[in-house]
Amino acid sequence: MSHETINLTLKIWRQPNAEVEGRFEEYKLEGVSTHASFLEMLDILNDELIEEGKEPVAFDHDCREGICGMCGMMINGQAHGPDNETTTCQLHMRRFQHNDKITIEPWRATAFPVIKDLVVDRSAFDRIITAGGYVSVNTGNAPDANTIPIPRKDQQKAMDAASCIGCGACVAACKNASAMLFTSAKVSQLALLPHGKSERGERVLKMVAKMDEEKFGSCTNTGECEAACPAGISLDNIARMNREYLKATLCSTES
Amino acid sequence: MAIAEPSISNILDSKIPDGPIEDKWDKCKFDLKLVNPSNKRKFNIIVVGTGLAGGAAAATLGELGYNVKSFCIQDSPRRAHSIAAQGGINAAKNYPNDGDSIWRLFYDTVKGGDFRSREANVYRLAQVANNIIDQCTAQGVPFAREYGGYLMNRSFGGAQVSRTFYCRGQTGQQLLLGAYQSLMRQVSAGKVNIYSRREMLDVIIIDGKARGIITRNLVTGEFETHIADAVVLATGGYGNAWYLSTNGNGSNVTAAWRCHKKGAFFANPCFTQIHPTCIPRSGDYQSKLTLMSESLRNDGRVWVPKRKDDNRPAKDIPDNERDYYLERRYPSFGNLAPRDIASRAAKLECDKGHGVNDTGQAVYLDFRDAIARDGEDVVRSKYGNLFHMYKKITGDDPYHVPMQIYPAVHYTMGGLWVDYHLQTTIPGLYALGEANFSDHGANRLGASALMQGLADGYFVIPYTIGDHLARHSFEKITEDHDACREALENAKGRVNKIMSIGGNRTPNQFHKELGGILWDYVGMERTKAGLETAIEKVQGLRSEFWEDLKIVGKNEELNQVLEKAGRVADYMEFAELIATDALNREESCGGHFRSEHQTADNEAMRHDDEFAYVAAWEFNGVGEKPSLHKEQLEFKNVPLATRSYK
Repeated sequence: MSHETINLTLKIWRQPNAEVEGRFEEYKLEGVSTHASFLEMLDILNDELIEEGKEPVAFDHDCREGICGMCGMMINGQAHGPDNETTTCQLHMRRFQHNDKITIEPWRATAFPVIKDLVVDRSAFDRIITAGGYVSVNTGNAPDANTIPIPRKDQQKAMDAASCIGCGACVAACKNASAMLFTSAKVSQLALLPHGKSERGERVLKMVAKMDEEKFGSCTNTGECEAACPAGISLDNIARMNREYLKATLCSTES
Repeated sequence: MAIAEPSISNILDSKIPDGPIEDKWDKCKFDLKLVNPSNKRKFNIIVVGTGLAGGAAAATLGELGYNVKSFCIQDSPRRAHSIAAQGGINAAKNYPNDGDSIWRLFYDTVKGGDFRSREANVYRLAQVANNIIDQCTAQGVPFAREYGGYLMNRSFGGAQVSRTFYCRGQTGQQLLLGAYQSLMRQVSAGKVNIYSRREMLDVIIIDGKARGIITRNLVTGEFETHIADAVVLATGGYGNAWYLSTNGNGSNVTAAWRCHKKGAFFANPCFTQIHPTCIPRSGDYQSKLTLMSESLRNDGRVWVPKRKDDNRPAKDIPDNERDYYLERRYPSFGNLAPRDIASRAAKLECDKGHGVNDTGQAVYLDFRDAIARDGEDVVRSKYGNLFHMYKKITGDDPYHVPMQIYPAVHYTMGGLWVDYHLQTTIPGLYALGEANFSDHGANRLGASALMQGLADGYFVIPYTIGDHLARHSFEKITEDHDACREALENAKGRVNKIMSIGGNRTPNQFHKELGGILWDYVGMERTKAGLETAIEKVQGLRSEFWEDLKIVGKNEELNQVLEKAGRVADYMEFAELIATDALNREESCGGHFRSEHQTADNEAMRHDDEFAYVAAWEFNGVGEKPSLHKEQLEFKNVPLATRSYK
């Protein structure tokens, strides 16, 4: 692994809090190793800013291995940057060139208000799950795990959908700021598994209603969400959710 | 540091029930006092942390009818670092029909922990593990399945049966989302309130009982007082004390440490797991080390070149010039030797000059033979996401060149001392999951952290906490109670002190330096002289910290520099305890390797006559000698023996 270093110009969205208007600021950063991750590059910038007595750039992050879903920013207009199926923390500086100018912005969506700089409030996602993204089984209720065999292809599809990390890139990438990919991933996972079947109708209706209430936009099948998704969640899930929704609406057993 | 004269403690009551080990948990459950269903709604419980232990506990306590406040430092409970666990979760279902049993899981775990865990706790863990698999399956966790639709298992280190259930390389994620969804269901039911982006800064103690916590709202900087009838801490481990670890950047010791300062004993802090298969470090900017799941050792073979400083590319080194040292030294377990053993073996090879990489601090994990045997597609289906992650980080493609790996700090077996009820030495304060010390002894086996977190959260605390609530009376408390005010002022005072230093060095720089000291002297190999040096250096660095720390911004906003500084301040105190504990333990066991205590072939040498005890430390003030309390360990069911994986 040979080390190279590059110099960068960073154009970063700075916004002290939700009440104040934000603006871009430019920073020069020199001698960044191409083996550093994108967030490590921001760490280097922040340590320099602190030493100069300036406010560092706030950004959300935690696991730094692409699974917690906490990090996320628009990098040159792309959610999580230029690599496919890659979170911001897993994006590495070898993807960039010497003297590149990189524009960094927060997720932009009405449902995700900015808290500070690149940090946004994604609690709307929690509320969508709270509306019905679960199986109603109390601890202690469960029968032996092998009681109900699950065809492997269903388990695999459920696992594909369950891989969503809840980062919000789908919303940020969508021109309508729709949360269909996120919501449909959970609806799909639970609809594909026998344990989730008894609540499937009610679940999809409640989750979709909550999604609308949280002011996420509509889906116009553009597919930007799928392209931006770091976990490879497929548009098939949206199709499946639409079928689930239709079925639940037409075949409602509610009296 | 000299230590106050220790003796077998009569303060520590482990509350292990009498009787045969198979019956202890049943007996305990029967003896526990119950809170009747309609009274449960009168009790308020605080659960700090939303990982597997905390999420499972909060959800289950909500289902039972208690009013639960659930706290996390992240923006959502779904982000807790349990989510990053890759490989799997153990349970002795014996679905593969290969001779597994609860007894064998119990035996393997006690032996794997190098006889430094509590037998009764481990047996209970093995007993309830099967319920965990059932529960998670019912929640919709998509565990791997055979073509017939039945559950599939794979092998993990330290076991000769296949008992690990998994969801590709994302098992922690799926189990955590299962717990999170159960938690959100209780939010929907009105039984749980979530407080995200909150950091616990102190515990409130009234009449000797934990009655609440102080938190800082990380968005507004507001200090908040939360009152309850019991407090459950599920705040994870302290691996980030070493700066570079596989932990998430936010994982920290602050909540546990602040409880320790209020009287909760800290047990075995020197028991730290250095995981053998992590991506080696590459530069000074590095902020974390990434784990490559132990499951890879099912198919990957670990080797180094036989010739020292052999610079040829791996593919040009013929088989007879490769040393598959784990297979050579441990023929019966081979590449699946337990973590402590595999880590030390890697270090030994690198120290002898056989390491690869620019730094010489790496060994190969090679899939060439597995790919030749099973084909690339089969390997991809088992480990695809891990290979993808490896390529992202290093730029190398492990389908064509072997992975390079090196040990890194991963998990901490030590933690707050708890009894069989998971209660700390502060009544009403419980510690779950990685935050406690109880089940893994001196080394944790793979796929048992998820098992323990969920066992504690779903199946232990829901029973034991009721006993505390039923046995005591709880006077009505308000925020203006003296103890609440004092805790609030304490938390505020610490933040104000940090804000007022006005020095030149950033919290990150201090953290990195502290981590360097711990890695050099309290890492994979420890010596008396090294540990004494570490203590001296930590004390020196701590003084510098309080004189030369630089903070920008203010308290009344989202201030990540301030958050970090508060956590580093606690590491500066805690690091001294880690080294003190390691100095006291004059033996080698599990992840704690004192080079003075080893066999002729470099294996760990325990001293059971002197050290078969839990070292529980009592806080006496920063820079003051802590008091050592010993809980003697008894091995009635798994006889003490030298651990061998040969």
